[in-house]
Amino acid sequence: MNFDNMRFTKNHEWVAFENGSDVVTVGITDFAAGELGDIVFVELPEIGTTVESMQAIGTIEAVKTVADLYSPVSGVVKEVNGSLEENPDVVNKSPFKDGWFLKIDLEDRAQLDDLMAKSDYDTLVGR
Amino acid sequence: MSTSRRTPLSEIHEKLGAKMVDFAGFWMPVAYGSIIEEHTAVRERVGMFDVSHMGEFIVTGDGATTFVNDMITNDCSKLGPGGVQYTAMCRENGTVVDDLLVFVLDDREVMLIVNASNIDKDFEHVAARKKPGIELRNVSDDFGLLAVQGPASRDMLKKCSMFQPVLKELDETPYYKGFRFDAGGSEVFVTRTGYTGELGFEIFVPASMAVRAWNEIMETGADSGISPIGLGARDTLRFEASFCLYGHELDDETSPLEAGLDWIVKLKKERFTGDKALREEKANGPRRVLRGFEFEGRNILRQGYEILGDGEVIGKVTSGTFAPTLQKSLCMALIDSAADDAASYSANIRNRSVPVAKSTLPFYKSRAK
Repeated sequence: MNFDNMRFTKNHEWVAFENGSDVVTVGITDFAAGELGDIVFVELPEIGTTVESMQAIGTIEAVKTVADLYSPVSGVVKEVNGSLEENPDVVNKSPFKDGWFLKIDLEDRAQLDDLMAKSDYDTLVGR
Repeated sequence: MSTSRRTPLSEIHEKLGAKMVDFAGFWMPVAYGSIIEEHTAVRERVGMFDVSHMGEFIVTGDGATTFVNDMITNDCSKLGPGGVQYTAMCRENGTVVDDLLVFVLDDREVMLIVNASNIDKDFEHVAARKKPGIELRNVSDDFGLLAVQGPASRDMLKKCSMFQPVLKELDETPYYKGFRFDAGGSEVFVTRTGYTGELGFEIFVPASMAVRAWNEIMETGADSGISPIGLGARDTLRFEASFCLYGHELDDETSPLEAGLDWIVKLKKERFTGDKALREEKANGPRRVLRGFEFEGRNILRQGYEILGDGEVIGKVTSGTFAPTLQKSLCMALIDSAADDAASYSANIRNRSVPVAKSTLPFYKSRAK
């Protein structure tokens, strides 16, 4: 896992970016997936939706609990992970890769600077 | 560190890497990995639960059975030694103090198996009704309790060395009967009961023997694909089988008739605590009824969410989950009986309303018999 190209929020979302592209991938961390337990449903915004940073944009239903998904960035939803509809447990099994949630076209690339690096996130969750 | 009380097996759960929580004051495993995989293990193979947090009282004396019978809604007078019965224990106003199992050990001795969250309340309730010549002991800490549940449970237990003296009993003991035997100097009780809707046994061992029994059953069960099961799957399994859980379908304000437990309220009995209120409620019809609902989406209808009938709030969800075996979003709810024939139902899920439809209880037909 290349965590150098990832940023994290205190709400336990991750953002993966590639140099030269304004489209970022968003998911939840291994810590969040582990705390939620068996995820049975992920409700995501529709493609084309404009989302604001820190806005609740979806729902994660796990057997024991339900959590809001907060957008870590502002922008427009370009793509959602359709495979989660049939297999939401992928989020538990592969939170950083196959269990990604959505891709967002950034409104402003500088907002990534407000998010945490992996080492700071690890400190936050006590690792 | 947690201040919760530990069961004789808490250390084993920690070593297995279980996610641990405080449940009713006990340090208990929620899941060792995936709740859904544990749920499936019990439906398809066999699983073992540590339910040592449950409370056990022993009532001793001539007339022990009569004393218990006067306190419960069911009729345990004809059970006889080895008989087990599910029942409720009510207040005079008909509300449920607890739901429990009565296990008749012999003519002078009856065991009550109660919910962990209610041990103190129940003991007080029973002690207050104690009669001369009746001895009441809270032996909750003396026992470890293992539930072995699933279609392979019986064949697997028969391979364990500790059960070699009772192979016949394991084979022939019917549902809701129990037996006791000497396992190398320790007295062990076994009942054919459970909380999953599958064939299964509950095994009461002295606390000092719990680790040895757990390890032996886990080792012997490996060939049968045994899995340790946490409270998470215990809840989804009992939910699918539509068994009541105290604190959800039952509580200090609910009557057994509201919760659909008419079959354990024996009004033919002359007198028992709460009988007057329950007779009146039976005659007039209960104010609320427990019903099952299904939702076509995949959101979970959780405890406390509102249920609406023809647009009006008519009750609340008591338990709900995305049922792992039935693959449906289901819930049980206590609703006003006046709204039992509404034309349409909906539920409020976190600030939005979704249509739901009635679904017959039990959701999953028990295979325990």
